[in-house]
Amino acid sequence: MPHGLPYRLRTTMKAVLNYTVMVLLAFFFAFPIVFMAVSAIKTNETQITSDVGGILAFVPYPLKWVPPVNRLDDAPPEIREAYTGLGLQNFFDVFRRMPFGRFLWNSAFITTTTVGLGLLVNSMAAYPLARLQWKGRNIVLAVIVALIIIPFEAVAVPLMLLTTRLPKPGGGVGWHDTYIVQIIPFIADAFSIYLFYQFFIGLPKDLDEAALIDGAGRLRIFWHIIVPNSRPVFATVAILKFLWIWGSYLWPLLVIRLPEYRPLTVAMQEFFGQYPRLWGDTLAFATMTTLPVLALFLAFQRWFIQSVAATGIKG
Amino acid sequence: MRRSGEKTDLKRRPRPPMERIKENAVAWLMLAPAAIGLTIFLAIPFLMAFQLSLTDTRLLSPNPPQFVGLGNYRQLLRIHIIPMEPLKDPVTGEIQRDEDGQVLYPRPRTLLRSDRRYEGLQELAQFHLFGRRFLVAAGDPTFWKGLTNNFYFALVVVPLQSAFALLLAILVNQKIRGVNLFRALYFMPVVVPMVVVAVIWFFLYNPGVGTINAFLKAVSWGRLGPFNWLGDPKLAFPSIMLLSIWQGVGFQMVIFLAGLQEIPSELYEAAEVDGCNEIQKFFFVTLPQLRNTTIFVVVATTILAFQLFTQVQVMTGGGPGEATMTTILHAVREGRYQLRAGYASAITVVFFLIVLAVSLVQRAVLREERAIE
Repeated sequence: MPHGLPYRLRTTMKAVLNYTVMVLLAFFFAFPIVFMAVSAIKTNETQITSDVGGILAFVPYPLKWVPPVNRLDDAPPEIREAYTGLGLQNFFDVFRRMPFGRFLWNSAFITTTTVGLGLLVNSMAAYPLARLQWKGRNIVLAVIVALIIIPFEAVAVPLMLLTTRLPKPGGGVGWHDTYIVQIIPFIADAFSIYLFYQFFIGLPKDLDEAALIDGAGRLRIFWHIIVPNSRPVFATVAILKFLWIWGSYLWPLLVIRLPEYRPLTVAMQEFFGQYPRLWGDTLAFATMTTLPVLALFLAFQRWFIQSVAATGIKG
Repeated sequence: MRRSGEKTDLKRRPRPPMERIKENAVAWLMLAPAAIGLTIFLAIPFLMAFQLSLTDTRLLSPNPPQFVGLGNYRQLLRIHIIPMEPLKDPVTGEIQRDEDGQVLYPRPRTLLRSDRRYEGLQELAQFHLFGRRFLVAAGDPTFWKGLTNNFYFALVVVPLQSAFALLLAILVNQKIRGVNLFRALYFMPVVVPMVVVAVIWFFLYNPGVGTINAFLKAVSWGRLGPFNWLGDPKLAFPSIMLLSIWQGVGFQMVIFLAGLQEIPSELYEAAEVDGCNEIQKFFFVTLPQLRNTTIFVVVATTILAFQLFTQVQVMTGGGPGEATMTTILHAVREGRYQLRAGYASAITVVFFLIVLAVSLVQRAVLREERAIE
């Protein structure tokens, strides 16, 4: 920054430079997502693959709305040419080629159940750790903190073996190719307990004391006093777990073979691996897999960022 | 973190024994579902990993597993450095050379077959030292290739991503118009599932006519590229690194941002009084104050580097050759596709020990800090 310039000009130049850097970075973070969404709504596959060699990859054009039609990919070139434009053709094709609705339902069901039950089980476990006096509390707490270190990858293979031997609720043996194998192992989770614990110990002590004097039981206090006063930590845990389970890939890859129970992530990779690999269809699939999370993120942006910030405040 | 004790202990009042017993029962009751879940699905498999790694257990095998002691680890970790003798003419005893005058050596495979001590070894690498050539042979070259890649990834990505995250955090910590929008944009990739990220970047990295190639060509006035990003053994792994940073850096940015906002503004004011400029403030106030945050970010990113799996599984399958092989990818291949659960467990035990070592270093460093205070 040249120093001879008047103050006003210097601060303006600084601001311009600052915004330029920030906008360039914004492009860096946004361009792959824009590329995905724009390619997904282009109806002509040939156009998509030739557009990638330039700026047109990010431009939704030609501006002509084309309603989806059956079997466009197999149609002769002149017909495909006539259907060039923007529309939901690729999304339509995804549904035609794969039971996408089923995968979406699987992911939604697995994620919401795991998150919901996880909130209940882990907050309930954190309550006595944070707010009750009992024998063994310190040991249990130490064990839970120690368990946080174990990454899922370290137990994946034995867990895969273990779940083949567990009795099935409906009779028979082996949890592979079920919903429960994707839900039950992930409900209890040491890190969630720890986050709840940290929040609960910060709540004022009089909260439960007053209720105790009124004769309320511990469970009632937990449910009617602690839970309503702890919304931020519930949001934090829910968001982190939601991101984790929605994106989980390694575990379903190990234990799910049948499409009936396949989540979106594994289906996405499967679809991607099918030949001929159609860019438009694959990116439409990717868009639909991202959309639910992205929509939630845009709606609850502040909460998402707070949740992540909470993971760092340790020690 | 342990200030919990005093804070939560209800004031020590004499309590009737019945109440104490009841309190104990309630505590265990509320803890029970989580405790059972963590025991069955985390503690038991964790211990099983050690036990399985000492056997030849196979998935879906009718035969009972055999105890093999440290056999799996021996195969996994066995490594030999063998000096190579140049080929000699059988008649004259002269060293053989090719047309360019380069000394000829026996083929690694021939060398490994020539001696019973080398049974079960395969070529991993060759190197020259003090004018001699050495062959590095391992019981499981894929494992070593994967582990080396994980270290390579950690060495490049951890400093780059942490520094980048800090820069972003400082940018979005400014009190200027529209800063929330930028914060959201930089964070956005974090919520995109890694499988989707891998698929998008696979297309962006398209060899020949591709978006990244086109971009490089444009900014270099046609001098750079086109590159075969994922098909070139030298470029494939760096390409994976780039998209990993793209996806993950927003997470660290937010953690740094939280750290930045905890720094008391009086420190900056004091520094200003002392005549510090912006750069001095960064080095003498910001960085020291972010010490714990930085340690956390570095350790978390290092552990992530060793967990690397989804990107390579989707984009390259560990290839070309074994250029993008990783420890977890190898474990999954062995466990799921080769059905060698015992051997795969040995790999994950080694992986766990590395993660444990990294975490212990973090705790030691943080404790040292506390001792100083």
